[in-house]
Amino acid sequence: MRAVHFCSACGKVQPPKPVDYFTFFGFPRKLNLDTAVLEKEFYALSRRLHPDGFGQANEQERAWSLEQSSMLNDAYRTLKDPIKRTEYLLRLEGIELEEQSKQATEKARATGELKKQVVPPDLLEEVFELNMHLEELRMQKKMGEDDPALLEEIGKAKLSLEEKHDALLNELKAEWKQWDESEEESSRRKALDKMLDVLNRRNYIRNLLRDVNEAME
Amino acid sequence: MSSDYIVGIDLGTTNSLVAYMQGDSPVVIPGEDGLNLVPSVVALDEKKQVIVGNGARRYLIETPERAVYSIKRLMGRGLEDVQEELKLFPFQLADDLNEGEVLRIRIGDRTYTPPEISGLILRQLKRNAERFFGASVTQAVITVPAYFNDAQRQATKDAGRIAGLNVLRLVNEPTAASLAYGLDKKKNGIVAVYDLGGGTFDVSILKLHDGIFEVIATNGDTHLGGDDIDNLLIAIAVDDIRGDLGLDLRKDARHNSESVARIRKAVIEAKIALSSQPTAKLDVELPGGKKYQREISVAMFEQMIQPIIDRTVGPCKQALKDAGLQPEQIDEVVLVGGSTRIPKVRRLVQDLFGRVPHTDLNPDEVVALGAAVQANILGGGSEITQDMLLLDVTPLSLGIEVAGGVTDKIILRNSTVPASATQYYTTQVDGQTNVAIHVLQGERELARDCRSLARFDLKGVPPMVAGMPRIEVKFLIDANGILRVSAREQRSGQEAEIDVKPTYGLTDEQVENMLLESYDYAEEDFRQRQVIEARQEADTILTVLAKERKNQAWRELTSDERGSIEALEKSLLDVRKGDDYHAIRAGIDALNQSTMHFAELMMETVVSTTLKGKSMDDTGIEEGPQSGHPVAKADFE
Repeated sequence: MRAVHFCSACGKVQPPKPVDYFTFFGFPRKLNLDTAVLEKEFYALSRRLHPDGFGQANEQERAWSLEQSSMLNDAYRTLKDPIKRTEYLLRLEGIELEEQSKQATEKARATGELKKQVVPPDLLEEVFELNMHLEELRMQKKMGEDDPALLEEIGKAKLSLEEKHDALLNELKAEWKQWDESEEESSRRKALDKMLDVLNRRNYIRNLLRDVNEAME
Repeated sequence: MSSDYIVGIDLGTTNSLVAYMQGDSPVVIPGEDGLNLVPSVVALDEKKQVIVGNGARRYLIETPERAVYSIKRLMGRGLEDVQEELKLFPFQLADDLNEGEVLRIRIGDRTYTPPEISGLILRQLKRNAERFFGASVTQAVITVPAYFNDAQRQATKDAGRIAGLNVLRLVNEPTAASLAYGLDKKKNGIVAVYDLGGGTFDVSILKLHDGIFEVIATNGDTHLGGDDIDNLLIAIAVDDIRGDLGLDLRKDARHNSESVARIRKAVIEAKIALSSQPTAKLDVELPGGKKYQREISVAMFEQMIQPIIDRTVGPCKQALKDAGLQPEQIDEVVLVGGSTRIPKVRRLVQDLFGRVPHTDLNPDEVVALGAAVQANILGGGSEITQDMLLLDVTPLSLGIEVAGGVTDKIILRNSTVPASATQYYTTQVDGQTNVAIHVLQGERELARDCRSLARFDLKGVPPMVAGMPRIEVKFLIDANGILRVSAREQRSGQEAEIDVKPTYGLTDEQVENMLLESYDYAEEDFRQRQVIEARQEADTILTVLAKERKNQAWRELTSDERGSIEALEKSLLDVRKGDDYHAIRAGIDALNQSTMHFAELMMETVVSTTLKGKSMDDTGIEEGPQSGHPVAKADFE
């Protein structure tokens, strides 16, 4: 059920209800979402909620339109992106993403320690080698040297990481199906746990890729 | 329909324009001199009167200390971030400027903040529109560079208020341009707008979909534009002059400001000429009868400006990347801003996006025209704009400072606005009632590398054990791209009071004071115009009445009626001499009322004389709809 954004009698904008983003659009809490339908809904609701349509309205209506349309934009931004959508659902289901969670980030900042990241086991060897190469590259850069062979090595590793990064999205989508279609609470929980694991691995690779790009710049 | 006009204003670095929607198409309103562009130059004349626009330009050369240009560069900026500008522009800061204070610029013996100077330009545009409409104008849409940060936007809004304008919306310049473009073309697709103006550069990528203009990504540089080309050419000329003529204009800069102003004028003319001809000559008279003469070819010019225009490449690539698009996915490229007239710039854009950019819209006017379209939409829309909706984005990420001086981004750049984020805070000490929040804007990791927006002090937190309060703070970026903050302590449900200290910018109170000053003028201006208009109307009525007294109908009135008309005629003549326009209007209305019967009789005369076969001319009544009632309000064209 889409949340009620307008008065049923007069059609005027109403103050936003504290609902989740899925409900805001009238969607079930499912991850397989037709983004074309989402976009269409977003445009249709934008036409009715955006402050531009309330240029001549009273102050109260203007304030409600501002709140409603900011919520609409926040909801659309979150739901249209597959990763953000999954992360949002996990949070709705009471799961904090360990590696990204605010507490972990703030703790790391306060203590000055590096954020603890668990290296996904299947990546251990690859990451170890890559980090050595990156260290070497940074050294060479400092000395002003150039080693095409090393760059090629790193380039290859980067490509492999990018492939893994993309593959994880497909892995995530497989879990969506599990969450969306399963009736049993236990298998739904399992899907959530798996999604969390996939997201953490994906984040790990993303950070690694960022390091590679920085070193190669 | 006195205040029904909502105008669109392009407040530019070099030129400003005001436009409005005339029926189905936006048009620029010319100034008194008949020109559409109002140079963004403010000067004080010999009598300390403020001069704005073309009239102010001559002061740039004659008395540079009494004139200022390119003030947009200083909008919303602090002393420490304008040091580079001060080297390149002849801005004279006030001598008594305190640290942390809003900049003040000296013009003659007065000082003005940048929003006040922009306010003077806006007031001129407002007056131009009021003269054009013959009615007061109090509402406007003003454009800003898409890459303007919160402080720069707030400063622009303040300028509007100072000018006596209710700023209904700040619209990003490239987005405004796309509105004008989209109105013209009515096509769906992906459009890139490349906007290189006098002082700012923006690039925006939009998706046009059945009247919805959705900005997908924007990027830019608020200190890159034609000004930089001018300054480079000036620097080269000054070096030449020192080398060839042994004259160092950099020494004793204040003394040589007139020479530099002459060089500036010459290089700007040369720059413009080089867009259409192969060479341009510089010929500048210098002190001591010396002359600086030089010929510049297009090839030399293009080589010189290469480093400047290359600075637009990075933002374009970043915008494409943020939009998740390849250049070949862009359907159309639109050029905006005077600097895009330079052929070298056009070639660069063509190479970047792999297609020939559109040049059929006037790059100087398209932003103002788009602002007029948005003004129309906000005014309730018309048939042609009713399906149009602009969905813009915030150009910079919004963050808050967390432990260790790190920026925690809470609203990412290119988020559609309005956008919001909610954060929760608590206390560190038992009984603590205040919580400080530092808000930042920018993409960098460390707070010190981002732009400080404001420091908020949440006050009135109910005293509790440390860590107990749960304060919900909502950050909301509105459709103008300006931040609003509200806070609530959740356990007590108490609204926390927020004390905002803008890092750069005027407080509401300061704006209020500036506003009142200029309002005094505005009121006076408005009153004077009302008096003039009322007198003109009174004259019309009195003239018609005098003429129609020869009409046969006059004799058919009772002597009482004639007496009352004559008494009211006399009293209107009396109040007409004074300058109380309310009294004049009341006199006009009274006279109008008392002549109703006279008018009716005249109509009957017309009918009866026509029946008798006489021509209209003989009745002494002019043809036309207004002549039915001899003292009707005249509509003069």
